[in-house]
Order: sequence, then C-alpha cells, then structure tokens
Amino acid sequence: MVTNITLALSKGRILDETRPLLADMGIELVDDPGSSRKLILDTNRPDIKVVIVRATDTPTYVQYGAADLGVVGKDVLLEHGGEGLYEPLDLGIARCRLMVAGFPHTSPAVPQRRPRVATKYINVARRHFAARGIQAEVIKLYGSMELAPLVGLADYIVDVVDTGKTLRANGLLPLEHIADISSRLIVNKAAMKMKHAALRALIAAFACALQPESCR
Amino acid sequence: MYPEKHWLLPEGIDEVLPPTAWQLEQLRRTLLDLYHSWGYELVSPPFVEYLDSLLIGTGSELDLQTFKLIDQLNGRTLGVRADMTPQVARIDAQQSQDHPTRLCYMGTVLHTRGDGFGGSRAPIQFGAELYGHAGLASDLEILSLLLTSLEQAALSDIHLDLGHVAIFRSLVGQSDLSARHEAELFAILQHKALPELCERLEQLTLPAPLQQMLLALADLNGGPDVLECARQILSAAPDEVHQALDTLEHVVIALQRQWPTLPVHIDLAELRGYRYHTGLVFAAYMLGQGQEMARGGRYDYIGQVFGRARPATGFSADLKKLLLLGRPQTTNRHDVELILAPAESDPALEHCIRELRRNGRRVVRTLPGGDQPAGCKQHLVYRDKAWQVVPLDFNRR
Repeated sequence: MVTNITLALSKGRILDETRPLLADMGIELVDDPGSSRKLILDTNRPDIKVVIVRATDTPTYVQYGAADLGVVGKDVLLEHGGEGLYEPLDLGIARCRLMVAGFPHTSPAVPQRRPRVATKYINVARRHFAARGIQAEVIKLYGSMELAPLVGLADYIVDVVDTGKTLRANGLLPLEHIADISSRLIVNKAAMKMKHAALRALIAAFACALQPESCR
Repeated sequence: MYPEKHWLLPEGIDEVLPPTAWQLEQLRRTLLDLYHSWGYELVSPPFVEYLDSLLIGTGSELDLQTFKLIDQLNGRTLGVRADMTPQVARIDAQQSQDHPTRLCYMGTVLHTRGDGFGGSRAPIQFGAELYGHAGLASDLEILSLLLTSLEQAALSDIHLDLGHVAIFRSLVGQSDLSARHEAELFAILQHKALPELCERLEQLTLPAPLQQMLLALADLNGGPDVLECARQILSAAPDEVHQALDTLEHVVIALQRQWPTLPVHIDLAELRGYRYHTGLVFAAYMLGQGQEMARGGRYDYIGQVFGRARPATGFSADLKKLLLLGRPQTTNRHDVELILAPAESDPALEHCIRELRRNGRRVVRTLPGGDQPAGCKQHLVYRDKAWQVVPLDFNRR
C-alpha cells in the first residue's frame, strides 16, 4: 500500500535551502514554486506532495495533521510551543540568531523603568525577560521591528538577526543572545505512529542528505 | 458597536441539533449498554466539586483547565470538572471493598482552553476504569473494551499506540537528577527533539551508558519488532525496564491473537500522563486524523491521596468526537419514519396509536388548525373498519 506524505514548506529561505536537500534525496518539485501559483505542488515521487504555507503557519499545519512533515525555523517553533509535534532533525539550514536589540549603551539588564519590547515573538520575549527578572511590556508587531525604537514605540526589539546590517543601518545593536536558530524537520505525532515506515524512511533520507559520510 | 448577537455561543461551546442529537444519544446508549454487558457499574460524579478534592494528586495542567467559582454558602472555591477520571478514582477509594471494581461514566466536562482540533471546550467524556487488580489481565480487559467501543462507534482504520512510563522513570531513577532536570528531559523526549536531547544530556553529565539509553529511547518506536531492539539497547537497564518490556511484549501477543488486523505501534518515549501513570499507557489513533481518538493506561496509587491506594487502569474518550468521525449508524432506532395521526378523538384510534408507539414506531398527532409536521411519509386512515398505516398520497397535498 502506498502511503501518501505531505511536506509543508514556506517560501523564501526555507524552500530555497530545503530544495537541494530534497534533490540529494532524489525528490524534485515538478512545478516551479517561483512562478506557479499552485499551493499544493507535485514532486517526481507520486506519494510525496509539497504544500506551500506561511512560515508561522507551518507548525499549525503539521500539528493538526494537514501536513505530515514540515520544515520550520526554531524561532517559529519556540514561539508556537511545539505542541503535538516531533522535531527529530536539525537541518542546519536558514541559520540566524534570535536576539534582543536596541540602541547602544542601553542594556536591558538594568532597566530604568518597565521596558517596552516590540516583537512578533511575544511568547519568547515574555519568557526571556521574565527569566531575567524583568517585567516587560510586550508589543506585538508584524514587521519592520527596527522602526519601533526609532520612533519611540519600544525600548527594545526581539527579532531574528542574520548579518545585523538592517540593525546597524538604523543605529541599533544586538544586545542579548536568546537562541541560535536553524530550521528543524517537524513531524505530526499521529502520522509518525500510523505512517511510521514511510516517515522513518524519509527522516533517515534527510539525515543522509545532511551527513552523507555517516550513511555509507 | 456591533449589533448584539444573542445567538452567538461562547468559543468552543456547541449545541447538538437534529438529527445529530438523537444519533449522539443512540451512541451514548450503545456504549453504556456495552459497559453494562461487561459488568461495569455506572457512576455519575457531580458537575462541580470543591476545587481541593477535584485537583488533589493531579498536575498543574488540570488546574489550568478547570473553571472556578466561589461557593456563596461558605466562600470555598468550587471547580467545574475538567476530567472525570480523578472523580471516579475518588469514588472507588471511598466506596469500594477489596475486590476488583469496574466503573464506567459518561458526562460533559468543561475546559478553560479548547484543546485539540476543533477546540471543543465541552466534550462529553466517557470511559471505563478497573480498580483493584495489578497485572496484564486488567490491562488487556481495558484495551479490549476500548477497541470494542471504537468498533461500536463504527470507527475504521484504528491504530493503537503502546508505551510504558516505567522505562523512562526507572532510567531516570538511576541518576540523581533533580525534579527540574527530569521535567526538562521529559519535555524534550516528548518532542523527540534529538539535537536538544544530545546537548542537554551532555550538559547534565550523566554516566555514558545511561546517556546512551536515554538517547535511544527517542528512537525506539515502530512496529512490535522495536521491542527486540529495545532488549539489546537497554540490556544494562534495571529490572523494572525489562519487566516493562515483558508487559509490552505480552500485550502485543495478546492483541495480535484477539485483533489480528489491528496495527500496533510501540513508542518507548511516549509518556502521556507521565505524572500519574505508572505502567502501560496507550492511545488510539485513526488514519487521517492528526490527533488521538482515545487514551488511557495504568495509574496505580492515585487513590492514595484519598486514603486508599489501589491498582487502577482505564481509558477515556470524547463521545462527540467519536460520533463525528464514525460511519453513520445504519441501524439507528431513532431513524424510524414518522406516522401522521389525525386529531379526531376515537377510542379505536387512541388504541392503535398506543400500540404503534409501544412497538417502536413514531406517531405524531395533527394539531387542530396546524400544518402537518415535515417529514411524514405515512399516515393513519380509517379503512375497511380499522385504522391503518398507509403511505401519504402526495398528489393530494
């Protein structure tokens, strides 16, 4: 019996950096995600389909079993909480850091007053500041975090930092390191139990694509 | 301001309408009849209780899931039940004798947060619990009863997942890990997050063989042949681990004999309800559904907090979820067609209606001046000196 597998990917870095891994595993997308408007993409394997979702939605699709597998940044996973998911592999792609950033010489360690923090990672931000004994006011934003300190909306931002260029261009600096981020392979718990053989094989193939020398 | 919407229900709270409501009731009766035929006694715990007794011996998760209110009579905090299992355990601890007790229950529970797909906050929880016997026989009886329940609810493509909490517990028991670190390892293991697990195990400086075994747990899942692998990898583990593997092996053999087509999956890192479970744990999944259908396991000693520890095992599930996912019942006794009876008062007609109703037919009387109810395909007419059921003549309407 053929087991159909659905893999959730998000456009951008994750899709771009997962495709070479998939290619190593002998899985190629039939449709070009760059030009195609389709949201469910065929692959050269009739049993494997790829769905294109928004990065922050990937854990939700996999949690409820709408997709069996997904590739998602650890930042999104930390914010989501990972309920109902297995995360067996660190794919080591789309690397960056989750940081607290702000103006130079304003360390969050000694706050003057209740600091305001702008971020799209509200759970992560709240946990990070609480763990340091700081009562922070968290403001949810959906983009352009760097603007918030410049216009006085927030004292700090919590965001992923890759090269730090955007921060520097706006006179901001990374101040505190929260976590190293890379993309994880996530698996729906129920699918792992019911489509075990097919998913184990696929996870093993991902592991092989990551470390070819350990599979020979 | 939005116009007031009086029909709007709170999030996660639903109402069951015709024809589903009768189907739900039918399934409820079918299941309770099943438990009755297996010799289970029915208990009906209260909807609200003092919070202290409702939460005693349970985790903080249940506390968070429980709606609270103040008793105006004495100022104490009441909780609306979010899980009936602890209530049933309390009843057993208080009431039962020393022999094994079999109890079943069914009722609405209320959750502060909707969990699971669809996010219902008011599931109808039902289940069966067997107290006073520690051993394979009671584990198997509960498993069989669960599988029979799912069969009766006409659920297809069921997969069973088995685990055993004693394996992780006795491995961790070998080290001097603090409760906090144990909880941390537990959380990581629940996500099978291998990269984090490696990293954390190294930081905790556990003995190398123990590290290897804990790491292996995350990977010990699959068909029943996983148990053979586990025997080799966990060969240096304490006796409890081997006893747990024995239990799993026996359960798998018994299940294969009784339910030969049932796919059984083993997962040694699956520790649902780790806080109160003590032995075999299991969950039923359904192909195409991302979340479990039913769950249960052994939870010996839960009655300790009520003064009497007894071995215990049981399962529970949500009636509404089962109805939603089961095939529609073809032999639903509530699907009987309506018969329309005229409004006139004739003793012979009254007698005829009584007889029909007693034989399980549905008879509805025409109300004077009212339209006839929808859905009637038959009616009672006086023909050949008797009242008879005949098809409604649609042309005349």
